[in-house]
Amino acid sequence: MLSGWGRWPVMPGHERLSEDLAAVTCGATLTRGLGRSYGDASLPAAPGAPVAGSRLADRVIGFDQETGVLHAEAGLTLRDINRTLLGRGWFVPVTPGTAFVTLGGAVASDVHGKNHHSAGTFGSHVRGLRLRAGTGAIVEASPGIEPELFDATVGGMGLTGHILDVEVVLRRVPSMWIVGETEYVPDLESLLSTMLDADRIWPYTLAWMDGLGAGGRGRGVVYRGRWADADEARGRELAWPREIAFPAALPYWALSRFGMRWFNEGVLLSYGRRVKRGLIHPQRFFYPLDSLLEWNKAYGRRGFTQYQCVLPHKAGLAVYRKVFRTIDAQGGAPYVVVIKDFGAEGRGRLSFPCPGVTFSIDMPIADGTTQRVVDAVNDIVAAEGGRVYLSKDAFTRAEHYRAMDPRIDGFNAIRRRWDPEGRIRSALSVRLLGDVA
Amino acid sequence: MKRIAIVGGTKGIGRAVARRLAARGDRLAMLGRSEADLGASAGDLAARAPAASAGETVTIRFDLSRPETCGEALDEAASRLGGLDAVIVTAGAFGTQEALEADAAARERVLSTNFTHTIQFCEAARTRLLASGGGTLCVLGSVAGDRARKPVVLYGATKAGLAYYLQGVDLRHRAAGLRVVLVKPGFVRTGMTAGLPEPPFAANPEDVAPAIIRAIDRGTAQVYVPGIWRLVMLVIRWLPVAVMRRVTF
Repeated sequence: MLSGWGRWPVMPGHERLSEDLAAVTCGATLTRGLGRSYGDASLPAAPGAPVAGSRLADRVIGFDQETGVLHAEAGLTLRDINRTLLGRGWFVPVTPGTAFVTLGGAVASDVHGKNHHSAGTFGSHVRGLRLRAGTGAIVEASPGIEPELFDATVGGMGLTGHILDVEVVLRRVPSMWIVGETEYVPDLESLLSTMLDADRIWPYTLAWMDGLGAGGRGRGVVYRGRWADADEARGRELAWPREIAFPAALPYWALSRFGMRWFNEGVLLSYGRRVKRGLIHPQRFFYPLDSLLEWNKAYGRRGFTQYQCVLPHKAGLAVYRKVFRTIDAQGGAPYVVVIKDFGAEGRGRLSFPCPGVTFSIDMPIADGTTQRVVDAVNDIVAAEGGRVYLSKDAFTRAEHYRAMDPRIDGFNAIRRRWDPEGRIRSALSVRLLGDVA
Repeated sequence: MKRIAIVGGTKGIGRAVARRLAARGDRLAMLGRSEADLGASAGDLAARAPAASAGETVTIRFDLSRPETCGEALDEAASRLGGLDAVIVTAGAFGTQEALEADAAARERVLSTNFTHTIQFCEAARTRLLASGGGTLCVLGSVAGDRARKPVVLYGATKAGLAYYLQGVDLRHRAAGLRVVLVKPGFVRTGMTAGLPEPPFAANPEDVAPAIIRAIDRGTAQVYVPGIWRLVMLVIRWLPVAVMRRVTF
């Protein structure tokens, strides 16, 4: 059985795993990395359709200590890159909230992070890649060679071919530590203005909002950070924390709305009311949940969804508030809400980020309710010219996605050029992009 | 800094062990069949190693299924590294019981690789390590060799036989300076176990590598990785035959 990080949906099948990715992708319909996309992006189009797994193909092909250019097989994880190279002054240029992502997955999702406003998406740091196209041929693609294929592959959800290896430019860092600040904000308006102000100075910004609002909606914490100078870090040793596995799936009622409400209350209290500043471990700053392996089990056997959309700046506060009112009205429970503003759009033909504000909302899956919530919010997002993040999505309907993303046809046209028989597809491409199972 | 020859270091547990050894500055000779694969792994180790590392990884083409070439390969490793402190064998063959029952060729491959060929290689390593005054011989067995069980009849038999051989070598030659380390991995997520149903306590190669290296450094005669399997196998070894006939694991 295969499923994404949200543990729903579940599809019969298994990964073909091998250190030899070129061999194992022969005849496969899709390649998946660590399965950390939340919905059905890494699932086969039909039960049992052959899916290759890249995670054993994790060799570094070359690394240039002077320029930071890393060339590696697609299964190498961001975690491995950071742990191997941070001590030598290099860090991944862009990272999502988990380091358990393969290079291939980072390209396919064109992941973004706290530094989107200053560094764009992962794809904008990729110099080139090799992939096995749907025809079976192995093709090189970069901004200079087959640029159209390259642009479709960046953020292309693995649907343009099996990514075999990737060349990416890492970010040089002056120390191994982050100087971070946290600031309590009493409402959504101040949350957004505080974050946007911080963007002008800080390379990394993010906000967390209490989505359940025991004491009023929109309170939250704004995080800002930058790499510490060597002086600030004062040669402090850095040890990577041990990872502990979440023991077993909690019963579905364990993570209750009531409990989460008070949990959020506690989190807010712990930040106090003053700006806090300090030297922070990069693991805590970038990957606060990574030390607890398999935390997705906390949501129980029914799983959860992380709905993430972006709304253009012109939509404004009233629309953002409407999103949360709509979730409430439909009976949804936004347990964890993370907010970030995006900078300019990248070159990926199907990439998610575009200028605006993105909301990512964790909700436990509940029969009927979840679909209703997503449908209702998607009505707003489509009407306002926003879109949803395919790597998180499990519930969006094809007609909604088409209304949000006029780029589908252009993207599919490029796919067909490299895969005339339409061999490469996924459960997601069947659900949203018009592929047949 | 140790000088170590490793067979099977390009894949699975061997890859994880080789990375940790190289990262701490040991010098490695990788023995394997495919030049391209060896080269790619040597490149991986070089890129990961800290700037001032001990030196480049040596690659030597070698086919475990040709016992007459074992000595030659080890001699080359010793001469290119300037001696050998340890020899590690992580290579092995696997097939599900159903596959091995159905296919005589696959059966032959598993039986000969894991038993005959591995032992022939160990014999070549033994004589060379003893001749140079001692050293460590570390070989991957399996928990499957601890007790006959339904899903691993043939594979388990090869690992049980291998374990007996290694225990014997340890008894016979430890006093002369040969330290035998028998590693018994439980279920580790590698290409070898891909597609098999995952039992409890499944681990990743990088989780078990530190314990293997600790055992090599200390010369521990036998080590289960992850450690919990020592307990699991203790229980399984004591289960009555009547129970073993009924259970499916």
